[in-house]
Amino acid sequence: MDQHLLSIILLTPLAGLLVLLFIPSKSKNLIRVWANLAALAGFLVSLPLLQRFQNGVPGFQFEERANWIPTLGVHYHIGIDGISLLLVMLTTLMGCVAMLVSWSGIQDRTKEYYAMFLLLQTGMIGVFLSLDFFVFYIFWELVLVPMYFIIGIWGGPRKLYAAIKFFLYTLAGSVLMLLGILTLYFQHSQQFGFYTFEISELMKTAMPLNLQQWVFWAFFIGFAIKVPMFPFHTWLPDAHVEAPTAGSVILAAVLLKMGTYGFLRFSLPLLPKASMDQNIVRILAVLSIVGIIYGALVCLMQKDWKKLVAYSSVSHLGFCTLGIFSMNPNGIAGSVIQQVNHGISTGMLFMVIGVIYERRHTREISEYGGLAHVMPRFAIIFAIAMLSSAGLPLLNGFVGEFTILQGAFEANWAWAAFAVTGVILGAAYLLWLYQRTMLGQVTNGKNLTIPDMNFREVAMFVPLIAWAVWIGIYPKPYFDILRQPVQEIVERVRPGYFNGNQPALARNTATPAAAQAGGAR
Amino acid sequence: MIDSFYSANDHFTIIPAVMLALFGCAILIFDFVLFPDPRQRKWLLIFVVLAEGFTGFGLFRQQAFIASSGPLDGFHGTVMVDGFSVFFNWIFLVAALIVSVVSYRYLENAGEHHGEYYSLILFAQCGMYFLATGTDLVTLFVGLELMALSFYVMVGFLRSEKRSNEAAMKYLLLGAFSSGFLAYGFSVLYGIAHSTRLTEVAAAVASRGLWDPVVYLALITTSVGLLFKVAAAPFHMWAPDAYEGAPTTVTAYLSVASKAASFAFLLRLFYGQMAPFAGLREVWGPILAVVAVVTMTVGNLAAINQSNVKRLLAYSSISHAGYMLLGLVAGNERGITGIAVYVMVYTFMNLGAFLVLVALRRQKIIGDEMDDISGLMKKSPGYAVLMLIFLLSLAGIPPTAGFLGKYYIFLSLIEARQYTLAVIATLYAAVAIYYYFRIVKSMFVSELREKAPMATSFGMRVALTVSGVMTLAIGIYPEPFLRLAQTSLLR
Repeated sequence: MDQHLLSIILLTPLAGLLVLLFIPSKSKNLIRVWANLAALAGFLVSLPLLQRFQNGVPGFQFEERANWIPTLGVHYHIGIDGISLLLVMLTTLMGCVAMLVSWSGIQDRTKEYYAMFLLLQTGMIGVFLSLDFFVFYIFWELVLVPMYFIIGIWGGPRKLYAAIKFFLYTLAGSVLMLLGILTLYFQHSQQFGFYTFEISELMKTAMPLNLQQWVFWAFFIGFAIKVPMFPFHTWLPDAHVEAPTAGSVILAAVLLKMGTYGFLRFSLPLLPKASMDQNIVRILAVLSIVGIIYGALVCLMQKDWKKLVAYSSVSHLGFCTLGIFSMNPNGIAGSVIQQVNHGISTGMLFMVIGVIYERRHTREISEYGGLAHVMPRFAIIFAIAMLSSAGLPLLNGFVGEFTILQGAFEANWAWAAFAVTGVILGAAYLLWLYQRTMLGQVTNGKNLTIPDMNFREVAMFVPLIAWAVWIGIYPKPYFDILRQPVQEIVERVRPGYFNGNQPALARNTATPAAAQAGGAR
Repeated sequence: MIDSFYSANDHFTIIPAVMLALFGCAILIFDFVLFPDPRQRKWLLIFVVLAEGFTGFGLFRQQAFIASSGPLDGFHGTVMVDGFSVFFNWIFLVAALIVSVVSYRYLENAGEHHGEYYSLILFAQCGMYFLATGTDLVTLFVGLELMALSFYVMVGFLRSEKRSNEAAMKYLLLGAFSSGFLAYGFSVLYGIAHSTRLTEVAAAVASRGLWDPVVYLALITTSVGLLFKVAAAPFHMWAPDAYEGAPTTVTAYLSVASKAASFAFLLRLFYGQMAPFAGLREVWGPILAVVAVVTMTVGNLAAINQSNVKRLLAYSSISHAGYMLLGLVAGNERGITGIAVYVMVYTFMNLGAFLVLVALRRQKIIGDEMDDISGLMKKSPGYAVLMLIFLLSLAGIPPTAGFLGKYYIFLSLIEARQYTLAVIATLYAAVAIYYYFRIVKSMFVSELREKAPMATSFGMRVALTVSGVMTLAIGIYPEPFLRLAQTSLLR
C-alpha cells in the first residue's frame, strides 16, 4: 500500500465525487452525509503518512512515477517531503472541516456544491504532491474552476464579480507562469537533448542569470497573485467576502498556500541564481513587508467583519513570503509553519464569521457588540481563534511569526524591525475587533436572542483548536519534519551555507549580496 | 497511352474525393425518387455515412501506404498524398460526419429539410480534400472554389429567414472578391514560373531573390485571399455575419472544417519544401505576426460584449485563427505540429459548442441569444456540463484538449524566441476566459427563462458524446493524438 499511498490520498475525493454523482439531488441529507464521509475518508487515508514519514531522509518519499505523455516528456510523478507533508495534512483536514461547516449553510443545489468541493480537494492535494511541472500546472488550473463556481453560485451579493475577478487574476498569473515553465523546459531540452517536465531533471538546467531572472519573474507573477503578495492582492478581499463560509475557509487555509508552496518548491530550487539575486530578494522582501503593514493598516479601518479577516490574510501571508526570502533555515521553516498556522487560525476566524452570519445575516461589525453575554461558547472559541491569529505565545501563531522574524533578522535587521510592527498592528486590529463585537453591553436588541453554537459547530472547531495548541506548546516535531527539506532548499540556493567553518551568524547578518559572495568563495 | 492519364496510382490518390463526389450526386438523384416526404429525408444520412465510410477506408489505405512507403504523388504532381493531407482529411471527415448527423432535427425545426443539404456537405468536403491534397495552383483553386460555392449555398439555406439570406449575400460577395485576389496572385505566380505546379513555382520564386517586386505582388495578393479564408483580421468582417446568419449546423461546419481546410491551404503555400513562399519568411514573418496579434485582439475584444452566443463564438473563432497563425509565425516544426494539434482539438471543442446551440433551436425559438441559454443547468444538466467542458477547452484550461493546442503554440513561440508574442498570446487567453465565462455564468447561475425542452435527437446525443469524450480524452491522454498530429509533418 505504501507505494500507492499518495495516489490513494489524491483519488479518494475523486472517488467520493463519482459516487456522489449517482445520488439523486433531492436527497439532500444523504448527499451531505456522503460528502462528509468522503472528506473524512480523505483525511483518514492521509493519516498513515504521519506515521510512515521518515524525518531526515533526503529527497522525496512515497514516490510514484509513471510515463504519461512520452511525446512531451510528462510523467505522473508524485511524492512528498516535509513541506508538502504538512500542507497535504492541512488540506485533508481543512477539507473535512469545510464539509462540516457547509452542513446547514448550503440549502440550494447541494449536490453541485459538494461535487465542486470534492473536485477542489483533489486539485489542491494534487498541487502539493506533483513532482512534474506539467502535472502541477494541470492541478493548479483544475483548482480554479470549482472555486469559481463555489464563489459564483453560493456566494454573497457581489458573487459574480468576485468570482470572475478571482478567476481572471489567477489565470492571468498562471498563463505567464506557464511561459516560464515552457522556457525552462525548452532550455533543458537544448542542453540535454530530451524533453521532460520532471523537476529533478529541470533542476540540472544551467541558465544564464539574465534568463533565470525572466523565468523567475514569470513564476513570481503566477505565485504572487495566488499568495497574494502586495500589489496583486486586490482579488482577495472580494473573493473572501463574497465566498460562502466554507469557500473562504478553503481559500484562506489552502488555496493561498499554493502560492507560497510554489515559491518554495519551484522558484527557489529551480532558479537558485535568480532567487539569490540581490535586487530580486530586496524587491520581494520589501513587497512582503509592505504587504504586512498595509494589510494590517487596512484591517484597522474595516467595518466589515469578513473583510477584516480577509485583509489580515494579506498581512499574515506577507510574513510567510518574508520568511521565504530571508533565504535561511529559520526563515523558511518559520514560513512553512506559519502557512499551516495561518490555515488553522484564519480558517477558524472565517468559520466564526460563518457561525454568526448564519444567525444574523450581516457582517457589519457595528451591528454586533456584547455577544459574549449571549453566546459564551462562541466567545471562547472566537477568543482562541483570535489569539492564535494574533500570535499569542503558547498558541500556534507565535511560533511561526517568531521564527520568521528570527530568520528575517538574520538576513537583514531592518526587515525584522519593520515586520515586527505587523505583529503589533495584528494584535491591535484583532483585539479591537473582539472588543467591538464580543465585549461590553449588548447594544443591538436583535443580538439578544441569538442561539449559542450547537454541537456540530463546536465539533468542527475542536480539531483545529487542538492543532493550534499542539503547535503552540510543542512545535519540535514540525521543525524536525522541516529540517531536511529546508536544508536542501537553502543548500541549493546558497551552496556551502552549512559547511562553512565560520560561525553561521557572521555570514548571516550580512546582506544577501555579501552572503552570496560568501557562498561563491 | 491511357495509363499515363489515369494510372492506378492516380486513382489511389483521389479515391476518397471520388467517393464524396459520387455520393453527393447520388443524394441529389435519390432524394427525388425515394424521399418525396420531408420527414423521411433523414434516411439520406445513410448515404452520408456510406460516403464517409468509403472515404475513411480510402484514407485509411492511404495512411497505411504512406507509413510504409512515404508520400505519393499523382496526376503528374498535381496532387500529393502525404501525412499532411491524410491528417487534415480525417479532420474534414469527422467534421462533416458530426455536422450531418445533427442536422436533420435542426433543419426540420427550421422547416428547410432538403436533400441537397447533404450533398452540399459532401461537395464541400470534396473541395477540402483537394485543398489539403493539391500541389498545383489550379487544383488548389478549384478545390477552394468547390468548397466556397457549397458554403455560399449552405449559409443561405434558411430561405425564409432574412438573416440567413443576408449572411449568404455578404459571404458570397466578399468571398468572390477574395477569390479574385487569390486568382490574381496565382496568375502572377504562373507568370513567374510558367508552370502551375507548386514545386516548380517554388523553385522559380526562390531563384528570383527576396525583394523582387513581382514576387512581392504575388505574395501580397495571395496572402490577402488566404487571410480572408481563415478569417484573419483585417479580412475577418464577413465571419461574424456569416456565422450568425447561417444555420447553426452550417456555422459549425464552416467554423471548423472550412477553417481547417484554409489552414491546410495556407500551410501548403507557406511552409515546407514545395511551398512557394517558404523562402520569403523574412518578408512575411513580421507581417504575419502583426496580423496574428491584430486577429487575436479583434476577436477577443469584440467577443466581450456580444449578447448573441453564436456571434460570440464567431468572434472567438476569429481569435483562435490568430493563435493558429502564431504557429506559422514561429515557423518551427513544433509550430506546425501545433497548428495540426490546434486544428484537431478545435474541431471537437468548437463543434461541440455549436452543437449545444443547435439543440437550442426549437420549432419557434431561434435560441442563440444569451438569454436562451440561461439556467441551462436546471433544465438539462447534461448539455450544460458538456458546454462547460467545451468552453473550458476553448479557453485552454487543462485538463481539456484546448490546453494542448495552446501549449504547442506557446512552446513554439518560445523556441523561436518570440517572447513578446508569447506574452501577448497568453494574456489574451485570460481575456478569453472572461467572455467564455459569461456563457458559463448564464448557464449555471442565471435563472431559467426559456422552459421549452432542448431539441435532442439520437444523432445529437451521439455527436455530443463523441465531441465531449474526445475533448476530454485528448486533454487527459493526448499521447496517441499527438503522434497522429506529428504524422502531418511527413511530406
